[in-house]
Amino acid sequence: MENFNYHRPATTTAAAALMKKGKDAKYMAGGHTLLPTMKQGLAAPTDIIDLTAIKNFSGIKVSKTSVSIKAGTTHMEVATSKEIKKAIPALAEMAGKIGGVHVRHKGTIGGSVANADPAADYPSACLGLGATIETNKRKIEADKFFTGMFATALKDGEIITAVHFPIPKKSAHQKFPNPASRYALTGVFVSQDAKGKVRVGVTGAAATAFRATDIEAALSKDFSAKSATSVKIASKSLMTDMHATAAYRANLISVLAGRAVAAAK
Amino acid sequence: MSVVKMKINGKAVSGEVEPRTLLVEFIREHQGLTGTHVGCDTSQCGACVVHVDGKAIKSCTTLAVACEGATVTTVEGLAKGIELHPMQAAFKEHHGLQCGFCTPGMIMSAIDIVKRNGKNVSEEVIRRELSGNICRCTGYHNIVKAVQAGAANM
Repeated sequence: MENFNYHRPATTTAAAALMKKGKDAKYMAGGHTLLPTMKQGLAAPTDIIDLTAIKNFSGIKVSKTSVSIKAGTTHMEVATSKEIKKAIPALAEMAGKIGGVHVRHKGTIGGSVANADPAADYPSACLGLGATIETNKRKIEADKFFTGMFATALKDGEIITAVHFPIPKKSAHQKFPNPASRYALTGVFVSQDAKGKVRVGVTGAAATAFRATDIEAALSKDFSAKSATSVKIASKSLMTDMHATAAYRANLISVLAGRAVAAAK
Repeated sequence: MSVVKMKINGKAVSGEVEPRTLLVEFIREHQGLTGTHVGCDTSQCGACVVHVDGKAIKSCTTLAVACEGATVTTVEGLAKGIELHPMQAAFKEHHGLQCGFCTPGMIMSAIDIVKRNGKNVSEEVIRRELSGNICRCTGYHNIVKAVQAGAANM
């Protein structure tokens, strides 16, 4: 791993100033993507700005209508939060399926969402619940946030400060984990709100997380497992790699959506 | 280079490190505590697991500078003199190891599992929560038995 300058600012303002000053600076939260990438020589930032010492950067707040999770909150904190388990049980369950225990102790929601790994779990929850991503500058709807492989609507130097999830009537998350990495070979997050509006967020299947609008349409008419599994997903824009073909992933989307509908609570 | 200070196994330690120095390097090479192992160095195998501020983490994926002021426990910090920690004793009793390379990480993870799930932690939970620790010898059965027995004695 190449050397770098290490910074540990106490505010987002100081972090953003360091980012502006650094030649090729990178923010780091849990570091469980950035450090392995640096070890492989795929990234060599001049400066690492560690966000974990920022004051009031982690915490969970649940209101009647939404769950707000500050960016530095770890997957373990989300997975074990009694309040989240009550408000959106599927969100806590999903966080509990990210990586292994050690990854969940370090990895954060802000880091996962900002990194936008095509196989990460949080993007499917953001899309499947219609989350709002709050930064040090503005609020961005999840639908407009994930723009491509490891690409987001974040501007240079912008820092995610929190993610807000509206509480649905019911929801569920299902994933087919890669047996080695626990990343989603394909993962689906389904929700239905009080007005009957259905959202289906998919991760692991394409270059970026997306909404399965065909399944949403079918479920809006008939919220049943059969309704979801009867939708045939086109494999044209999906990924093929050593683990699975695009056609296999296309089938998984319908199958997992069906399982999610059956499990929704 | 900067000086980092932390507490390892109850003892205050400090050392000069580069920003890129990993916690596991600091523990092994600067402090000479070689019980913590480096297996894969890619955050997968769990041989490097230690406790930082009470949580099991992979020390190969943690910067030493980021542990300024932290409280660290390694496998060397578990026994009281010659008396093994109940989890260490259970691994010995139930033959929870063969080559022993993964064992320090397994034991640190096992203690963390019991702390969060209690003495009566189920086999299912143990197997699920050991997913970040890889053993290439035992086939895991005796490790799981050891964790259950160790849990009961903790």
